[in-house]
Amino acid sequence: MSKPQEPWRRRDALTDLYYMDARARVLDLAAFLDRMDRTSGSDDHRLRSLRAALVTLADGQPDRARRILESWSDPTVEPAAKAEGKGATGAWPGL
Amino acid sequence: MRYIEPHAHMVSRTTDDYVAMATAGCVAICEPAFWAGFDRCSADGFRDYFRQLTEIEPRRAARHGIPHHAWLCLNPKESEDLGLAEDVLALIPEFLDRPNVLGIGEIGLNKNSRNELRILERHVQIAVERDRLILVHTPHLEDKLKGTRLILDVLRAAGVRPGRALVDHVEEHTVRQVLDAGHWAGITLYPESKATPARAIDMVEQYAAERLWLNSACDWGHSDPLAVPKTALEMRRRGHSAAAVDALVYGNPLRFLSQVPGFKVADHVGGPA
Repeated sequence: MSKPQEPWRRRDALTDLYYMDARARVLDLAAFLDRMDRTSGSDDHRLRSLRAALVTLADGQPDRARRILESWSDPTVEPAAKAEGKGATGAWPGL
Repeated sequence: MRYIEPHAHMVSRTTDDYVAMATAGCVAICEPAFWAGFDRCSADGFRDYFRQLTEIEPRRAARHGIPHHAWLCLNPKESEDLGLAEDVLALIPEFLDRPNVLGIGEIGLNKNSRNELRILERHVQIAVERDRLILVHTPHLEDKLKGTRLILDVLRAAGVRPGRALVDHVEEHTVRQVLDAGHWAGITLYPESKATPARAIDMVEQYAAERLWLNSACDWGHSDPLAVPKTALEMRRRGHSAAAVDALVYGNPLRFLSQVPGFKVADHVGGPA
């Protein structure tokens, strides 16, 4: 007799657990983009990076979280000459 | 449930937080030195801070039956001022042998600058010379991937034994390279940045769970001192066994931290899980 599959590998179990949360987050993101549409001005690097991530979400390939985080990351390899401020914005400004 | 909180900035938290953590089953707290939210203007400020971490906070935690341990360093956010950094580095050995001190941390990088890198190397040198454990902070958001690579290069070049260093705040794009280098990896549970409980459990399911730990890194910012037990409960909701949860939130940090002879945990009210 085969071993029963762990609950966290069963699609129905994880759908029950996370569907409503994911649904709410999708609607929040949709409403955020609608809100941006009602503003004037142009996208900065943060909005550009967010819109680019939507393509990754829908591409049907695995490791979406890793690939999106990589796409938002500073791709340079050399240390910065000086720390300009202390904070980060969420996406590399060069995007 | 019993759990170890391996990364919490309790100097920024209230007594109510200690009560909540003790009630939730916290049997040990580890507090890395960090940035106070402003740049201190002299090494004297750090001397007082190190006294707070090694004298005052352990007494506060003991009132709730929780052993308190500390990591010492100058946070990378204050590494840009090399003069101040050298003054603080000179102070650290004076405090390293205090009974609750685990090692050097949380060192690392913030904006991946040359000065930050230089001070990171100096901290690592102290840890290697004195054979101390190392706790490494990786940078925030878009700076994390580059910073993690630079940090791993520094640890490798200094000859740090991989099992003596934990690289913290890993996410999906950095966890594999940290584990592949042989180090321990910490997943920080934050409401907005770093990892949510759901994403943390995803990583635990996919990677070498025996060298991972969870922490709240609660401080004066948006954070939750009960993030670890809440994530443990979410693991149970996903169907993970009580033993698997106990191994992650208690057994793993205990194995890493027990490399320090003085590391202690409290008796758990309910006994072993």
